[in-house]
Amino acid sequence: MCLGVPGRVERVWDADGISMGEVDFGGVRKEVCLAYVPDVGVGAYVIVHVGFAITTLDEASALETLALFRSIGTLEAEFADPLAAADSPPPTPPLEATP
Amino acid sequence: MSRSGEPLDLEGWTCPAPLRDHPTVVMGHGGGGRLSAELVEHLFLPAFDAPGLGDSDEAAGAPGVAGVLRQLGDAAVLRLGPEAADARLAFSTDSFVVRPRFFPGGNIGDLAVHGTINDLAVSGARPLALSVGMILEEGMALDELGVIARTMGRDARDAGVAIVTGDTKVVDAGHGDGVYLNTAGIGLVPAGVDLGAHRVRPGDRVLVSGPIGAHGIAVLSVRDGLEFGSAIVTDSAPLHGLVGALLEAGVAVSVMRDPTRGGLAATLNELAAAAGVGVEIVERAVPVPDDVRAACSFLGLDPMQVANEGKLVAFVRGEDAERALAVVQGHPLGVGAALIGEVVAAHPGLVVARTGIGGTRVVDLPLAEQLPRIC
Amino acid sequence: MKYLDEFGDVELAQRLLDDIRATVTRPWALMEVCGGQTHTIIRNGIDQLLPEGVEMIHGPGCPVCVTPLEMIDRALAIAEQPGVIFCSFGDMIRVPGSHDDLFAVKARGGDVRVVYSPLDAVKLARDNPDRQVVFFGVGFETTAPANAMTVKLAREQGIGNFSLLVSHVLVPPAIRAIMDSPTCRVQGFLAAGHVCTVMGMAQYGPLVQAYQVPIVVTGFEPLDVLEGIRRVLHQLEAGQARLDNAYPRAVAPQGNPVAQAVVAEVFTTCDRQWRGIGMIPQSGWRLSPAFADFDAEQRFEVAGIVTQESPVCRAGEVLQGLIKPHQCAAFGRACTPRSPLGAPMVSSEGACAAYHAFRRLDAPVAS
Repeated sequence: MCLGVPGRVERVWDADGISMGEVDFGGVRKEVCLAYVPDVGVGAYVIVHVGFAITTLDEASALETLALFRSIGTLEAEFADPLAAADSPPPTPPLEATP
Repeated sequence: MSRSGEPLDLEGWTCPAPLRDHPTVVMGHGGGGRLSAELVEHLFLPAFDAPGLGDSDEAAGAPGVAGVLRQLGDAAVLRLGPEAADARLAFSTDSFVVRPRFFPGGNIGDLAVHGTINDLAVSGARPLALSVGMILEEGMALDELGVIARTMGRDARDAGVAIVTGDTKVVDAGHGDGVYLNTAGIGLVPAGVDLGAHRVRPGDRVLVSGPIGAHGIAVLSVRDGLEFGSAIVTDSAPLHGLVGALLEAGVAVSVMRDPTRGGLAATLNELAAAAGVGVEIVERAVPVPDDVRAACSFLGLDPMQVANEGKLVAFVRGEDAERALAVVQGHPLGVGAALIGEVVAAHPGLVVARTGIGGTRVVDLPLAEQLPRIC
Repeated sequence: MKYLDEFGDVELAQRLLDDIRATVTRPWALMEVCGGQTHTIIRNGIDQLLPEGVEMIHGPGCPVCVTPLEMIDRALAIAEQPGVIFCSFGDMIRVPGSHDDLFAVKARGGDVRVVYSPLDAVKLARDNPDRQVVFFGVGFETTAPANAMTVKLAREQGIGNFSLLVSHVLVPPAIRAIMDSPTCRVQGFLAAGHVCTVMGMAQYGPLVQAYQVPIVVTGFEPLDVLEGIRRVLHQLEAGQARLDNAYPRAVAPQGNPVAQAVVAEVFTTCDRQWRGIGMIPQSGWRLSPAFADFDAEQRFEVAGIVTQESPVCRAGEVLQGLIKPHQCAAFGRACTPRSPLGAPMVSSEGACAAYHAFRRLDAPVAS
């Protein structure tokens, strides 16, 4: 449930006492309510659900998670027999396609 | 953007003199009397005129296609050249009710001209002439109608296709949405061109002529309640030049379509069902502009289900696929073309995608209009 | 898009899948509670990439799908009243009630509008003071802060022609109901990341303790879902049951206190029917007495509309993984994506709808 998309806060303003902001989602900009992320400033990444920022995205955690993913399996790969690895079939045969 | 014509200045258009008495559409504009005549003479004819298009054949007592409209006959009578002898006639019609009427990069007029030209083109036809039917709502601004008509005239001239006949009706205020357009078109399918689902075979490759989704997202970006800011504009374009290049190169094409509402997903499903074959595509190979992908992410839409206008999908014989890609990429409208998958004998009627992380999924036909979702 | 594309990387997905394959020694049944994660699983074919024996049971976590029939019938009754502008999220529009959906009401002349944000509905009310504007406030804990803000704003700004039709549902009571079922097969849960973004993780510790079941707070991109599955499987294989957070970039243990405060002010806990599942005690939120004047059920007197769920629908068993969708007598006959009976047929990602879409495939259907 609950489609939440990360975007970068580009502007912040006050509309009748409610904190609003413009958030950029990779070239698409949308007006978003920032009332639930009171400390957020321009440049921060927030997660937006139905027009509301529901949290600030913790960029350090994001990088840590990706680093964790990259570390998984590296030990096994270094010690594995390269021929055996090459022989193991991919889960499904690749289709022909050009990018 | 493909259109070579003059840029459209939305602000600049004003109606010629006699129409200034009525800044908006009134019932009389559809009544067949003097007001109707003025609308045709001062708004539609100047907008649709295409001087120099088609050869005049005055010696034979008939104007070229470009002059037919000015005859204002009950029917457009067209003289066909000798190439018509072995050709077959292609005939298509489409109606346009897009909301809003104006969107980034274009308006309903672009869609009405390109839509029918493209339906003819993907049937293998060289488009000859268009009709334009308009249902106007009382109270619509004539300035706005003028911009739409001038857009249609420009798009038709740019495409080298004449508007040869038309009709206008007016409905009471509140009974329409400003303007509804219908265009019908005829074209000639040259001898030897045989396209259709019956030609599709396993092993055919699936070619798409460029990045998908920009048109649909441009329209959504200005729709009531969904407005968002972006640089995305419609890439609506006429495809007959691109199709002509493909056919003239002698590429073995099985079938062609231009995905519109329902997007690439609907087109591939229709072809899979009509041909009784399976289609397998590679998601990462499907060209989607980054900003279109971003808009789809926050609206919860599948780019493959977003509307297009002016994109070509062609099933081509496997051995000709690379050559077809080169031909399409060599045309200004096909620079971003890609081969995205192939026809298989398995799972007939079903479109299956290899996903970005290597799984598979069924690409389903959208049930109805695309709506943003929360979950 | 930054912080989105990186979490769909094919090479990293392969690493996670390799680790999962190396970890699993026997069959396990996991449930992703959340419809968004179900979407990711189906959309990316993740279920087919998992080792044989690892079964993903798609949980009841789509707020649109589980909105009870009678609440949709109430929405339809309100939307049909003259002078009403009825606003809804897009995916709620075509969910059928017992006879109709909101599209059909619109076709008969009703003023039904799709909005992206609940705030758009408040703006409509401000701009149309002579009309009654109603927003259909569905959703889990994630959506509740947004819906709560509408009535707070309406009160502060004196927008008396706005009201909210509330049908909120809550995740922890649903997990409890699933685990309490004597036939429950679920051995580990992916908890819904964005619910925890708002509510934090505190409610899940007691569930882990009470049922000795691993719960991993999980995000929504392909790598997030794979990581959630991977962490649950590691716990199961090690005989552990812990609460873990695989989505720390968006979930703090305490959640979002500002949002929680507004939700607590505006809503109060209540029993709630779940479509195709039945009554789950204390599993919903409704407007608190302090905001009763903004309650559309009272303003339009529709609370008396009571609708029985279909007696033939076996959605509850499907959602618990007890039967496969096609084992239900109604599947593909009385119940299709076009006219669904239960929650799993409503959304295209629901277990029944996914089965329906795959039914023509010769290949074995993924569970």
